[in-house]
Amino acid sequence: MSLATRPKPAVDNWNRPFWEACGRGELTLQRCNATGKCFFPPAPVSPFTGRPEWEWMRASGRGELWSYVVFHQGYFPGMKDELPYPVAMVRLEEGPFLLTNLDGMSAEDARIGMRLAVRFPGGPEGFALPQFGPAEDAP
Amino acid sequence: MPADTPLAAPALGDAWPLRDKVAFAGIGTTRYGNFPETDSYGLGCEALNLALDDAGLRPADIDGLIVNRIPTYERFAEMTGINPRYCLLTEMPGRFSGVSLALAAQAIMTGEATTVALVYGNNGRSVRMNYGGGDSQWSPWGMTSPGASHAMMWRRHNHDFGTTHADLGPVSVAFRDHACLNPDAVMHGRPITLEDHARARPIADPLRLLDYCLINDGAVAWIMTSAERARDMRRPPVLLSGYARQDAFGYGSAPPDDYWYPNLSACRSVYDRAGFGRDDIQGLGIYDNFSPTVLFSLEGLGFCGQGEGGAFVRDGTLRLGRGRWPTNTSGGHLSDSYMQGWGIIAECVRQLRDDCGERQIPNAAAMQYICATNIAQSLILRRAS
Repeated sequence: MSLATRPKPAVDNWNRPFWEACGRGELTLQRCNATGKCFFPPAPVSPFTGRPEWEWMRASGRGELWSYVVFHQGYFPGMKDELPYPVAMVRLEEGPFLLTNLDGMSAEDARIGMRLAVRFPGGPEGFALPQFGPAEDAP
Repeated sequence: MPADTPLAAPALGDAWPLRDKVAFAGIGTTRYGNFPETDSYGLGCEALNLALDDAGLRPADIDGLIVNRIPTYERFAEMTGINPRYCLLTEMPGRFSGVSLALAAQAIMTGEATTVALVYGNNGRSVRMNYGGGDSQWSPWGMTSPGASHAMMWRRHNHDFGTTHADLGPVSVAFRDHACLNPDAVMHGRPITLEDHARARPIADPLRLLDYCLINDGAVAWIMTSAERARDMRRPPVLLSGYARQDAFGYGSAPPDDYWYPNLSACRSVYDRAGFGRDDIQGLGIYDNFSPTVLFSLEGLGFCGQGEGGAFVRDGTLRLGRGRWPTNTSGGHLSDSYMQGWGIIAECVRQLRDDCGERQIPNAAAMQYICATNIAQSLILRRAS
């Protein structure tokens, strides 16, 4: 596991609560007050109304595998040992997409549409990176 | 993009107010390759001089200047002795070739400038420009590079429509065949087969090396002016008949989940804007930063049904001398060079002036350019009658 040498997230005023929640083992999203819809990445306003009327909520942590790629070419020195590594595009139950990695399974086991659940196996110093693996309640 | 966001593209049936009023009066393209002895300024100057000579103009005739991938417009204008009334540096992504073209047309038609030089210069190869890495929203997960975004889309396209990597082979092979007819193409003399495409080194799987464009040093310049002025210049004018654009930025942070199909489809209005249809067009220029965008473009603009792009190109549809839609006759980004749309549009102009020699499309009277990105665009150029 080389999550410790991953690039650190660029923390800003909008995503800081997200990363703090990850540190507690929770996946959180902003939810628009007017429409009840969630959005990601974190932003000052809801993309559905353009207004700063939203609240943080804890997401279910479940979603489906929308697509994935396997990197054979390296771009990050701290990820050299992981090559080739998968990046998964996961559509969360609440709607937004996350780009993430697979944990507890390999790219060979990946099937588009499969149900996945979040876990926090580690990350660069001071951060817990959400990763996704097979959902326990998967059929 | 939120699914319920309506697109605002010009409705079908609307004529473009600028139809046939602006023309290409000159073009210039440098050699493409590895040229550490110069830079984007030096290459830009070279392309500008070629375009000025082509049009029969001098720097003093230029009163509008748009530069792209050249670090500063001041320095470029200073070194070329141009003091324009209208001057602008446009953003780096290749979608800005078409955007720059539209801005020049607007400047000419509103009287802000009479003759605009548009100069693109890139020294990405000699400075080892990397299209990936660095800090971004997704770097902690190792997600980076435009190629990987396209690979993500392509895998989902495979799932949704049953396409496979083999469907991209005829795209890469057709453009390489064209490069072999173009003595100036970087990949001239280096033919490839479908087998080579299938077995190339994986980069961001499912995409492989021969699905990626070629980063090089080089420059392209266009001289644009009113159709009326262009008539008195040295070369036959090529008219800008129609231009359509629709942006979709809502998913700028992650690969789009829709192959840009809605915003590309909105660009079908380009035919009504130009005043003629697909049947009147002889060839295409498609922004091929990665091979899947060619299929996304053909599907989005309605050349075939959504998901049918692979079957559509399988039998040589894009191949000059063989198919109905010869595309990227210079070799395109995949086999000539990644000049970010600037070179592909220059090639469309060349086709319409009968300048293409062995790779000439017979009786080319109109060409269509398509760019599949979050700023989806299509434009139609035609020979002045």
